[in-house]
Amino acid sequence: MELSRPGPDAVGTGRSRSVMADPGSTGRFGRFGGRYVPESLVPACEQLESGFRAAWADPAFRAGLARTLALHAGRPTPVTPALRLSAELGLTLLLKREDLTHTGSHKINNVLGQAMLAKRMGKTRLLAETGAGQHGVASATAAALLGLECVVYMGERDMRRQELNVFRMELLGATVVAVRNGSRTLKDACTEALRGWVTQVDEAHYCVGSVMGPHPYPWMVREFQRVVGEEARQQCAALLPQGRPDVVVACVGGGSNAAGTFAGFVDTDARLVGVEAAGGAAVSRGAPGVLHGYRSQVLQDEHGQILEAHSISAGLDYPGIGPEHAHLADIGRAEYPSVTDAEVVEAVLRLARTEGIVPALESAHALAWVLRAAGTPQLPTGCSVLVTLSGRGDKDGAQLVALRRDGARSGALRRDAAGTPR
Amino acid sequence: MNATERYGRLETHLRRRRDAGRSLLVPYVTAGISADWTDYLHAYADAGADAIEVGLPFSDPMLDGATIQEASHRALSSGTTTAGVLARLAGTPVAVPLAVMTYANIVFRHGAATFCDRLAQAGVAGLIVPDVPYDEVDELSTVATAAGVELVLLASPVTAPTRLRRIAERSRGFVYGVTVMGTTGERTGLSDSARALGTTLRGHGSRPVLLGFGISSPGQAALAAGSADGVVVASSLMREVLAGRGPREVAGTVAALRAGLDAG
Repeated sequence: MELSRPGPDAVGTGRSRSVMADPGSTGRFGRFGGRYVPESLVPACEQLESGFRAAWADPAFRAGLARTLALHAGRPTPVTPALRLSAELGLTLLLKREDLTHTGSHKINNVLGQAMLAKRMGKTRLLAETGAGQHGVASATAAALLGLECVVYMGERDMRRQELNVFRMELLGATVVAVRNGSRTLKDACTEALRGWVTQVDEAHYCVGSVMGPHPYPWMVREFQRVVGEEARQQCAALLPQGRPDVVVACVGGGSNAAGTFAGFVDTDARLVGVEAAGGAAVSRGAPGVLHGYRSQVLQDEHGQILEAHSISAGLDYPGIGPEHAHLADIGRAEYPSVTDAEVVEAVLRLARTEGIVPALESAHALAWVLRAAGTPQLPTGCSVLVTLSGRGDKDGAQLVALRRDGARSGALRRDAAGTPR
Repeated sequence: MNATERYGRLETHLRRRRDAGRSLLVPYVTAGISADWTDYLHAYADAGADAIEVGLPFSDPMLDGATIQEASHRALSSGTTTAGVLARLAGTPVAVPLAVMTYANIVFRHGAATFCDRLAQAGVAGLIVPDVPYDEVDELSTVATAAGVELVLLASPVTAPTRLRRIAERSRGFVYGVTVMGTTGERTGLSDSARALGTTLRGHGSRPVLLGFGISSPGQAALAAGSADGVVVASSLMREVLAGRGPREVAGTVAALRAGLDAG
């Protein structure tokens, strides 16, 4: 298969000019985005923006990144027709297989981009925040590959929940810093990483894990994830008679795999659906706010204190959402429904038993929405759907075992449920 | 900057004291840290504070070190809210001007204009929002001015020279020079870059320049006041408050800082 190459610049193509384009020097997506950081971080953000602009306009940088993504991360990933599940649901379901990348999720696309950029900018250390540990493991992997130091900030509570990933990061040579503030989870790890960055801006690059943070991060991370959408677009063109899917679906925590996927289809008439966790639904249950350097929809109380998100998937346990998603929701270009933990567990099972693929709990959110909507006016019989399977479910084994032991809230994990469409 | 600019209450007060030859001292307290937290305001004023910074606690204080994080957490855990704090302040006339320090999300929650109006109604003179840098300040600055609240801007050791000048011109009340590349918290000594920042900011006009972050001892305060108009002291005081020391006891530390500045 030919390696997909991004176009020269998405900004230049007429229809995408205003939507999912370069947000310019202010980093605004409509009323969201921006750069809400202390003055001490402003020069670092400016330096990063100009460094990224130069690199992204440099064919040598992009060729180097494409080569690394191909040789190290295993790109391009296939689009797999989910034949049995399609037949059961009465539609054409295609899966963009980010679960097949090195380290097991789309996170690697972004970290390799940022690590190569950091190296080009003369930085010697990567800082990263992590919740479930996926972004931390990916960052540690990229740092090892490029000979950079790596420091990962992780909530103490998450460290206990994700012991294996802590071990993996340390195995890869990273230092894991336990964050003992606040809720001791992802949001506190982000805050602590920003605090850490202030003290070492000269030598360290903060490798943000999603389309969040101060400008240029939401834009830059989307561009590094764009490869997902652009590959999928070419692959869909070859697989589908009408050349593109009717609906494009991805899960959303911060929203990087969705942003990368949507970027490949935003200038088509495909419907874009980002699926949030019911306990972390920033678009439907949040309010405009400022968190971690950007303005977006944020889960918060009436006084402006940030609320903890709650989800079965640690990767979606984040109270904000990327500012560009908030904007896409504002203008009606994308929609952001949410699904419950029970629906998610059922989706994991359904895909495992119809297609032999165990998706990550995060990715299963996108599938869960498809299962719910199939055959309704939301997703009529006969339509074509592309779901980005952002990661593989191996990491969730212990959690699924525990759910089954506890009788599983939905009952979906009982052995007698095998293979039965619910 | 120009002769016709009319200074607000905070700036007028600080200029008058500074011009009388006094080094300025602005101590800090986290609102809601104890049931009697407003007593710290009176005690600080009596001990020689020229203005007081009142921290309005936020769940995710990005620029604060361990001490103020702990203070914010403790205040929020005991049910502190913005509305509650402002109601208390409205009923607590203090002898020196107050400046509220908080984060953008608290300010924008119900609209920046509403927030600034509420500050003014509570008798608060100034506002400090460390995660609203110069480029993002337009919206907030406009509504603060309309409400009669002086928006204090911060400058850091790595802020570019032209940007420092703009910050010094745009700031109201005073200019807040952040002396370290780091979060709030106690440190020893005072860096050359901190002194250089004070000197540069003072060169951009006559607005009072205060240095803060990492200043805790009377000796450090005196040293900082050598290249600025005064200091903001927070973490060392809040460490005492967190340890259970009452308003009168912590005011003793404020008085020692005052004496250090007066001797320096």
